[in-house]
Amino acid sequence: MTSIMIDMFLLCLLVFIAVMILRTSKLIAVIVMSGGYSLTSAAIFVNLDAVDVAFTEAAVGAGISTVLFLAAMSFLPAEEKVSSKSGSRYSWMLIASIVCVAAGALLVLAALDLPAFGDPNAPAQLHVAPRYLEESGTLLHIPNVVTTVLASYRGFDTLGETIVVFTAGLGVLLLLAGATRTRRPHAADHTSQPKAVSRVGGKTKRGVAK
Amino acid sequence: MKNNPVFRVAAKILFAPIILFGLYVQFHGDFGPGGGFQAGVIIAAAFILHGLVFGLGQGRRLVSARVNLWVMAMGVLIYGGVGVVSLFQGGLFLDYTALTGSVGSGQHIGIILVELGVGVTVTSVMLALFHAFAGFVEDHS
Repeated sequence: MTSIMIDMFLLCLLVFIAVMILRTSKLIAVIVMSGGYSLTSAAIFVNLDAVDVAFTEAAVGAGISTVLFLAAMSFLPAEEKVSSKSGSRYSWMLIASIVCVAAGALLVLAALDLPAFGDPNAPAQLHVAPRYLEESGTLLHIPNVVTTVLASYRGFDTLGETIVVFTAGLGVLLLLAGATRTRRPHAADHTSQPKAVSRVGGKTKRGVAK
Repeated sequence: MKNNPVFRVAAKILFAPIILFGLYVQFHGDFGPGGGFQAGVIIAAAFILHGLVFGLGQGRRLVSARVNLWVMAMGVLIYGGVGVVSLFQGGLFLDYTALTGSVGSGQHIGIILVELGVGVTVTSVMLALFHAFAGFVEDHS
């Protein structure tokens, strides 16, 4: 009973934060509130006994994402631009709310077909999950089943995930580092010069910019 | 923020404990919640805190972009390397039991190594993202 009440409170908090995010136009407030949104989701995951997911959500969603958004925000003005034409804005709002209600109704309709929460006869509990739960502690001697599924039974998927993270990092580095290099005007002229010269040039320029 | 003593002292005190907690999460993943992804993010957070308080120049001196790029690839190589080693030991790709021959120790060693690879890659990618975004701002302002 208390678990359901905590869940309801947290879900209401999520809706409240989402509405607040929609209503404010200050970008820094939006970023901080989306961090709060992630933290509230993490609390919901803890209440569902999904501690590993909650841990990831708190560390990635509430922690690192907020910092990265703040770093990216310094490219942008502090306030969101509000469109002046109020007539077109209201017609867009009407279309958006119709789409939202329709998509929400479809999701609720689909959710009615799902097995009840925690149902032991749900298809997801009958396929390979019993084998993982039985083997992990006794055969592999690893009590945390999440880790065994992630790293051992589904090791190939996690290899793919790691490569995805690596590729994403490379992509951002290529985009941003490429942009900084082309902006330096004298970098192309000194291709025959030793590398140290252009580095010193870059440093002094950065020093001036501060 | 560089000249504010509160930030400087807090960052200096927090830096090592955050990394220690990250390592705990990394190597305790078999027995409790945690693992490579979470630990990588936590360890990266320590370096990001250092970069935020002491400036990006100091952060880049601590972990240079070139080293970071190598470390990023190293994590994926550790992960794939475990798979290749198990292949040479006569098992399937990423079949940790083949690493030592017994299920108990092989799975433990394999999972710890694989999680280490994940943690190393995630740490350096997060740090690279932060340095790229913050450096882009600093170079263009």
